[in-house]
Amino acid sequence: MNTPWIDHSGIVAPMMDDNINTDAIIPSREMKRVSKKGLADGLFANQRYLDTQRDPNPDFILNQAPFTKATILLFGANAGCGSSREHAVWALKDFGIRAVVAESFASIFQANCIANGILPIALPRDQVRAMAQWVEVDPAAHHVAIRLEQKTIGFDGREIPFEIADNPRRMLLNGVSPIDETLVFRKEIDGFFNQDRARRPWLYS
Amino acid sequence: MMPRTLFEKIRDLHVVSKLEDGAHLIAIDRIMLHERTGSIALSNMLDDGRELLRPEAVFSTIDHIVDTAPGRPSTTRMPGGQVFVDEMRRTTKTLGLGLFDVDDSRQGIVHVIAPEQGIALPGITMVCPDSHTCTLGALGALAWGIGSTECEHALATGTLRLPQYGQIRFSLTGQRPEWIGPKDIILHLIAKFGAGFGKDHVIEFAGPAVADLSIEERLTLCNMGVEFGAFTVIIAPDEKTIEYVAGRANAPRPADQDAAVAHWKTLASDRDAKFDLDLTIDVSSISPTVSWGTSADQSIAIDADLPTPESDQPDLLRAIDYMGLTAGAPLLGMPIDGAFIGSCTNSRLSDLQRAANILKGRKLAAGVRGICVPGSTAVKLAAEAEGLDLIFKAAGFEWQEAGCAMCFYAGGETFAPKSRVVSSTNRSFEGRQGPGVRTHITSPETVAWSAICGEIADLRKFPS
Repeated sequence: MNTPWIDHSGIVAPMMDDNINTDAIIPSREMKRVSKKGLADGLFANQRYLDTQRDPNPDFILNQAPFTKATILLFGANAGCGSSREHAVWALKDFGIRAVVAESFASIFQANCIANGILPIALPRDQVRAMAQWVEVDPAAHHVAIRLEQKTIGFDGREIPFEIADNPRRMLLNGVSPIDETLVFRKEIDGFFNQDRARRPWLYS
Repeated sequence: MMPRTLFEKIRDLHVVSKLEDGAHLIAIDRIMLHERTGSIALSNMLDDGRELLRPEAVFSTIDHIVDTAPGRPSTTRMPGGQVFVDEMRRTTKTLGLGLFDVDDSRQGIVHVIAPEQGIALPGITMVCPDSHTCTLGALGALAWGIGSTECEHALATGTLRLPQYGQIRFSLTGQRPEWIGPKDIILHLIAKFGAGFGKDHVIEFAGPAVADLSIEERLTLCNMGVEFGAFTVIIAPDEKTIEYVAGRANAPRPADQDAAVAHWKTLASDRDAKFDLDLTIDVSSISPTVSWGTSADQSIAIDADLPTPESDQPDLLRAIDYMGLTAGAPLLGMPIDGAFIGSCTNSRLSDLQRAANILKGRKLAAGVRGICVPGSTAVKLAAEAEGLDLIFKAAGFEWQEAGCAMCFYAGGETFAPKSRVVSSTNRSFEGRQGPGVRTHITSPETVAWSAICGEIADLRKFPS
């Protein structure tokens, strides 16, 4: 069960590279516990720290004020590609990220975001770029405002509509558990497997 | 009846309920788990007091962070890794699930053992919290990678929600040249179309050049589907598939074989089935292909020059810089420090056989560290039975126990920063094989030949 996703306005960190992969979001060695919590420290560890002593790299955006308090990230195309590791999303969530805006998303990462209450918003390249340019003028004051009910994202006095399928939107808005939602179909699920046992016996013997 | 694609036929067979948005709730036949992500799914299920709906559908192994040193212990040297191994052992025991542990002959990389043990079968739906689950589409299974939370859903409900996806068919035609294998073909395609090309699509590989591939070669082709951005990849089962599957541990018993085969023979896209994109690619002009950069689409023919990025291509400029290369220069002849043969892409018996053919009677170039990690304990034993280990070792390669090993870096063993490594793996991301390591992904034959030459080398010059 996630916290219901309510309208959000926050500091945006533009990280506009294409193909930002989940290894970069959290390197494998930072997956230190069998838990979804306490992973913020490992977020972007390869870029965020200068050495094994974990001195912050001053050139990395999330180490620079006001981006240390970013709640929205801007990525390029194919965001979250690579490994299926959900730790990437748990680390983003633990850091305080509420939404990722990108030109496009890798499928597993997008599903992982929704499952963990992070809103993935896909926008055309020129709109992501325009948003980044506006943010960069005054990152502390230029907050982007996201309204999930209305499916709009606001910046620079504009309200841009975005697309999100009804089901993920509803799940984010209500914070519902997908497992409980599916178990409503328990009778149909049992029915399927009972029938299938006769149809494809080789999978059941 | 409307003509249907292979994907639609398998999906339709598994529909539990039609949902809004054109999505379907579909039954999941088999679930595979490994310790890195599966342990979390199982722990959370137990913590939430959920019931495991179909324990008989779950298969578990440990592969990602196991020690692969010869004669390994049951512990791992990956810092922070032991907790995942321990938790996998604890949760599978608590739930009464079997586990292919390090001392089990069925142990190995999840996508190598799934076909080997007959867990992946034509026409089934199958998931694993691992992005390379698309590998198993090579057998005509609808198989895809998920996150740990989606895995909990599959474990607890026996189902997953399948959104509406588009469909792309690649028909591969033409005679592939000598030395050209599935790794060259898929790297060529990803470079040509882009790493995000398959986004929100199922890709079907078809055509005579696919029919010509062995099952193990098809597994390599499909393995890289996720590097193409695809939801998953699939190939219709044929006689080769039926023959490959027959008699494996979890394949149909003899009494069910005829019924299973009759069903599998229906699993092909109908002649008039509609694809959103239907592309034909001639493989006869593909060269040995190698990645130069930090994304799989940054790959070129081995004798081509590196690109010359414009100033508005920061990704390419950064990749050239990270990889220590010069824009516009040739890649061929770049000195290498390491050679790795392993991973769910290219660590099967036929991969090791092809690499051994190159290595036989030859020695690694001075200063090159060569490592071979078979994909499964069964592959390792089969390779040793035909003496491949002796060829690798005589050439100067380290010969290890089965596992994912140095396909990625988890804080344990790695190559030195800035070392240049030719690798039969699937990813060349920054730091993927260790901090600062420069990985060039390519076929196992090109890895072996480059290791002998001490530089990135063209197989077509191999003195056969």
